Amino acid sequence: MAEEAHSEGGLVFHPLDQFIVKPLFGDGPIQWYTPTNVTLWMALAVLCVIGLFVIGTRGRAIIPSRVQSVAELAYGFVYKMVEDVTGHDGVKYFPYIFTLFLFILFSNYLGLIPMSFTTTSHIAVTAILGFGVFLCVTILGFVLHGTHFLGLFWMSDAPLILRPVIAIIEIISYFVRPVSHSIRLAGNIMAGHAVIKVFAGFAAIAAISPVSVLAITAIYGLEVLVAFIQAYVFTILTCVYLKDALHPGH
Amino acid sequence: MEGDIASMGQFIGAGLAAIGSGAAAIGVGHVAGNFLSGALRNPSAAGSQTATLFIGLAFAEALGIFSFLVALLLMFAV
Repeated sequence: MAEEAHSEGGLVFHPLDQFIVKPLFGDGPIQWYTPTNVTLWMALAVLCVIGLFVIGTRGRAIIPSRVQSVAELAYGFVYKMVEDVTGHDGVKYFPYIFTLFLFILFSNYLGLIPMSFTTTSHIAVTAILGFGVFLCVTILGFVLHGTHFLGLFWMSDAPLILRPVIAIIEIISYFVRPVSHSIRLAGNIMAGHAVIKVFAGFAAIAAISPVSVLAITAIYGLEVLVAFIQAYVFTILTCVYLKDALHPGH
Repeated sequence: MEGDIASMGQFIGAGLAAIGSGAAAIGVGHVAGNFLSGALRNPSAAGSQTATLFIGLAFAEALGIFSFLVALLLMFAV
């Protein structure tokens, strides 16, 4: 179907072809163990995080080197965010949140390198992250508070007659959380990259190619911003959900 | 241009779904504009509310992304 849609008209757009998962070696079918471009760029993201935090801060200098101060800045930024949103007892879960933040941030930024592959543009990847957060938070809520955790859905300060209705709405909104959490990240990244590709398609027409190149440059700048903001939003929403699990009373 | 009625409906539906992106743009503009007007009235309180701003922006933007996703699904997946 997609091929038919593309074959007509003079312009050739394949804005979503950049997200095709290909095996790294050869053209065989993709099994679960096949190394693909997703594997490669995920591994690179992890290597970048390790490089920044293990090798960069190895010196443990009093006066930090440039790499070390970047690492310290990121650490302090996320630490303050976790402490502000979840309160003092949420700091225990800081390593998990920081890991999520760094992985998403580096995947987003590595995806901005031309010809690279953006792992976070796949809903399969972000859904694992999002549903992981959802499961962790729900289990944590039940472990910490037992059945009191269900007070999240049963508003004791609402009029009694409204409570069942509110409970239904709250339950629906609770279970939609992981869906919107993951689709927000994947959708934003995918939309941005597809827009860049569409403008790259316009560059084939000589008359408007300077405009299109300028537009690509501008959108690329926007995407650098979006890559950070989406990592930030994913992290802060994780903090908000964690706060609900730690303090279920409204 | 020839084609069957199903693909016509597909394209029209994708175009209609894209209207949702514009609606989300209105929402995002509302959030940012109201934040700015509040922040200019009381700049000392603005710094502590940036997290709330981004959460609001994210919620407004996610719905636009959903409509974009529907458009994409209609174009490429149906």
